[in-house]
Amino acid sequence: MTTQTQATSVTTSAEVQAPIERAFQVFTDGIGTWWNPDHHILQADLAEMVFEPRVGGNIIDRGTDGSECRWSRVLAYEPPDRVVFSWGISLSWELETDPAKTSEIEVAFTASGPDRTRVVLTHRHLDRHGDGWENMRNAVGSGWDLTRYAEAAAQ
Amino acid sequence: MTNQGAALTALADPTRREIFERLARSPSAVGELARELPVSRPAVSQHLKILKSAGLVIDYAAGNRRVYSVDPAGLAAIRDYFEQFWQQSLARFQAAASQPIQENP
Repeated sequence: MTTQTQATSVTTSAEVQAPIERAFQVFTDGIGTWWNPDHHILQADLAEMVFEPRVGGNIIDRGTDGSECRWSRVLAYEPPDRVVFSWGISLSWELETDPAKTSEIEVAFTASGPDRTRVVLTHRHLDRHGDGWENMRNAVGSGWDLTRYAEAAAQ
Repeated sequence: MTNQGAALTALADPTRREIFERLARSPSAVGELARELPVSRPAVSQHLKILKSAGLVIDYAAGNRRVYSVDPAGLAAIRDYFEQFWQQSLARFQAAASQPIQENP
């Protein structure tokens, strides 16, 4: 991996207490069970999330008013090992319609035991969002509410 | 960290945005950028000067060439943001995956 790649990507990993098939299933089909419901760009509140399980499918946010936002495209779908999807939201929190300006997320699942799975998530090509990064700095500055995450992580 | 106003102004120009995006993909010398873009070499130099003073790009000597690349501090804000975002999201995922699956009613 080159320095350039590292500079424009972030990697996070977690070990979950579940067989690999279930880890993959919860991440994809069950995305609505763990995704922070505050993280969406709909006008209305988030009612549900749909992960279309095929290459070329979308991740769809549906609002309580029936509106929907297809903010991601599935680029690779290889259960239970790997899934890749785009991040089609600009740094100013709008739907990014130009695929050249979307970054992508690869999630790799590896069984580390019969009931344990290691999940490595890499969000890469972040530089594709380059021209809006000052907006992102504002978002970083205002900060996320860490409390609820700390509670979930503490389980 | 860079001056935010200067960075916003610098990137308001489409040619500079194009140069910045190209540098984010791969560090380049002035000549290389001028060849690939419909602007003259002096114009590219001028754009780079503005991007550099806005804290968006850095330059360094590579042999007898001067190479420009995106200032890592600029990208750092994006990286920090997503690092935090995914750490928090994976913590939630971890909690969800480690519990029995609940069927939708």
